[in-house]
Amino acid sequence: MAHYDFNMPIGEADARRLELNDTVTLNGTLYGIRDATQIHMFDRGRTTRFDMKGHAVVHTAPNVKWVGETAAHPSGYAPICIGTTTSARMERFTRPLMEQYGVRIIIGKGGLSEGSSDAFRDVGGVYLAIVGGAAALETTWVEQIEEVDLDDLNPESLWKFRVKGFGPLLVSMDSRGGSLYTQVNNAARDKRAAALASLGVKAS
Amino acid sequence: MKVDLKEVEEACKELYIRALKLLPPDIKDGFKRLDATETDATGKAILGTMIRNIKVAEENQNLLCQDTGIPIYNVTIGSDVEVDGYKLKQAIVKGCERATQEHPLRSSVVHPVTRKNQHTSSGRRVPVINLDFVEDSETLSIEMIPKGSGSENNSWLKMAVPADGIDAVKTFVVDCVLDAGGKTCPPTIVGVGVGGTADLCVHLSKIAATRPLGSHCEDPEGARLEAELSSAVNQLGVGPQGLGGDSTSFAVHVETAATHITMNPVAVNMQCHSARRARATFTPKGLSYGF
Ligand code: SF4
Repeated sequence: MAHYDFNMPIGEADARRLELNDTVTLNGTLYGIRDATQIHMFDRGRTTRFDMKGHAVVHTAPNVKWVGETAAHPSGYAPICIGTTTSARMERFTRPLMEQYGVRIIIGKGGLSEGSSDAFRDVGGVYLAIVGGAAALETTWVEQIEEVDLDDLNPESLWKFRVKGFGPLLVSMDSRGGSLYTQVNNAARDKRAAALASLGVKAS
Repeated sequence: MKVDLKEVEEACKELYIRALKLLPPDIKDGFKRLDATETDATGKAILGTMIRNIKVAEENQNLLCQDTGIPIYNVTIGSDVEVDGYKLKQAIVKGCERATQEHPLRSSVVHPVTRKNQHTSSGRRVPVINLDFVEDSETLSIEMIPKGSGSENNSWLKMAVPADGIDAVKTFVVDCVLDAGGKTCPPTIVGVGVGGTADLCVHLSKIAATRPLGSHCEDPEGARLEAELSSAVNQLGVGPQGLGGDSTSFAVHVETAATHITMNPVAVNMQCHSARRARATFTPKGLSYGF
């Protein structure tokens, strides 16, 4: 179990070096992306001006306040509360994000499935688990909302955050097909019969 | 007691913001209990981060979680309370909208077909307003629950048949916890509705999921099920955030209702670790806030 501090963006080799249970802290640019953002990008032909090559995206739709564009808030938005949403709903966008935009890291909660594992293996990427629901803490890692694109989808816009000490995050899916979610899930299913027996029920 | 609707509107605004920022004491105690017994290193570290987040939210007066949820207002009206029901509902909606625009909060509510967001946390039939009445009381109580989607997306209904018996109910709850995995932000409160009609069964599961920790089902059969199921689901090892550990659920809560001779419905609704709720109580002595 190793710890890595990344200044974003990173290369393929950096992503492939990560193993399950390693931890990572990010600095620099981080993109925020959500259901509607990706539906519009991958189903409705919209594009973004942002260069996401080698970058990380976090599954989020933040609470923000419009304060007008200033040096401290170049996007015009001040962050209020930035947290992370359940990744599973956005499973089918992992591969296009990686292949079309060069994304290397997906940050989320609850994990992704086999299709994403395959994409991480084929293209070279990882999934980092953040603690869902710990948004007050996560917000303290975000220095600024630098820019925003596709803002007609607000709050599901494409956000460009500048972060400092964003982590530690847990490598829970790596580029070798490993997934802590699959491991935990399989172990839990193995305990199903015993749990049912404790309730006086014979497992079917 | 005559109700001042301006005061109700103000309280409904305040309630939404309070609920998002302050975790009820019973949930904090629940965290302490889980943290003391968790044996998995990853699970323990995650619980530690969650506990730290509660403190950071209080210190920075920030929201515990970014998901402002679907707003639910549970209103209990005493029989000696004088209020225009229609105007009461209007005041609640107004308070909810003002919280969203004045704080401001992320509006998480969209039209189900157009997906258009009015940026008020309200829309057709939302906020959800549930009304109940109690006898001989000069008290108006409003409970506010911002129901996050991570947990709400993990909701299930099964119309089991009488021949499947209570075993079907127990098996269903265990399987729902397995299916939810980390998606519900465990540790959760697993709410189980048993009996009723399909819609009542689902509603009961929501009442169960949002009840304070330490409370028990008034029906002794339900209370027995709660105890058995609470220990069973925590044998599965799903753990905090679904990354393994002993702390899968704070508790399983059950609510029951009579049902049809041919029916055996069971519903599961979950509440995540950000088990937020806030309460305003109006009495002749004035307004007070709690949980
Ligand atoms: S499931 Fe609960 S804690 Fe997790 S992100 Fe949603 S509202 Fe927050």
